[in-house]
Amino acid sequence: MSTATTPNDHAAASHGEHLAHHFDNAEQQFESGKLGMWIFLSTEILLFGGLFCAYSVYRSNHPEIFLYAHRFLDKPLGAINTAVLICSSFTMAWAVRCTQLGRRKALVRLLGATIALAACFLGIKYVEYRHKWREGLLWGKEFHATFERPAAPVIPPPKPAPGINPDERSLIPPAAQGPSGLARPGERRYVEEAGGPPHDVQVFFAVYFLMTGLHGIHVIAGMVLLTLILLRATRGEFGPSYFTPVDLAGLYWHLVDLIWIFLFPLLYLIR
Amino acid sequence: MEKPDNVPTSGHAVVGHVVPFRVLATVWGLLLVLTVVTVAVAGVDLGSLNLAIALAIAILKASLVLLFFMHMRYDRPMNAIVFVSALLFFMLFVTLALLDTHAYAPEVIPGYAPALPR
Repeated sequence: MSTATTPNDHAAASHGEHLAHHFDNAEQQFESGKLGMWIFLSTEILLFGGLFCAYSVYRSNHPEIFLYAHRFLDKPLGAINTAVLICSSFTMAWAVRCTQLGRRKALVRLLGATIALAACFLGIKYVEYRHKWREGLLWGKEFHATFERPAAPVIPPPKPAPGINPDERSLIPPAAQGPSGLARPGERRYVEEAGGPPHDVQVFFAVYFLMTGLHGIHVIAGMVLLTLILLRATRGEFGPSYFTPVDLAGLYWHLVDLIWIFLFPLLYLIR
Repeated sequence: MEKPDNVPTSGHAVVGHVVPFRVLATVWGLLLVLTVVTVAVAGVDLGSLNLAIALAIAILKASLVLLFFMHMRYDRPMNAIVFVSALLFFMLFVTLALLDTHAYAPEVIPGYAPALPR
């Protein structure tokens, strides 16, 4: 670390202090930090990618579960949460711009706004989770919700036709009782016809809580990070010549927004 | 340790490009509009197109956030290469998993896989 003790008149001119010895200049250090952050964001994509893959496999195999169970999610709250995160991304990007222009007060206010919007997001999430908890719409084993119309009995697979047919009646079950019936491919009416929830409906809530829960943990971590950045900003540590932590924290926060941009339509807006 | 001698003493930016405020505000507005569009389109039954349109709009919103809020439009290409390659690998991952599960599922879940053709 540099030990520059040159007398400085302005607080923002902490030029040499932040330059580590293994970098040639501030720009190289900044670009290296950015690249490192993008690599970390790539690992985050792969982290959530595993969960999105599980979602894809489950949904493509059992669309009726997702179609039925997603209706218990609150679409307006989800849409409001999306707007809240978009606004927080905007204030974050604006905060980075203010740091680059040396506007310290605006930086502090915008960071505060970003954190406040994140808290708003978590509050709405809490309301949604609380509703699920009360209704028993939980994951896997913990699922204990009761439905107005009971679940349809599990349809056993048809027995294979024997070699000899003594009665000479057809052994092919009627279309409505067959496992996949004779419905047209892509037919989406089977939920209403079946009446109650499909078998294994708790799978949806396992997926829902895992994905939104992990995303929520990332929001909390982002809030902690941004609070630390805010504290440093109030002490005047950031300015046009050094704003790397603000920029990198901003990149992380935009990623959190990015993931929610995909989570919202995939979980809340299923047709 | 020597202080770099090419550092200006005035307050303008040493490194990086500053995104104009108008760009940030426009992108913000577009993102909110696209959110409204997503919700509106989800209210209309378009069959299998619903998922495709929802994903397309989500990709468009993600591109806006990536390019402008996350600065990718003005950055060095290496950052974009790193991130986009992660996205490509993710897509490969999901594609292979879906191909696999659709090839075997009827044998694993006899009689209860309504989505899959028998």
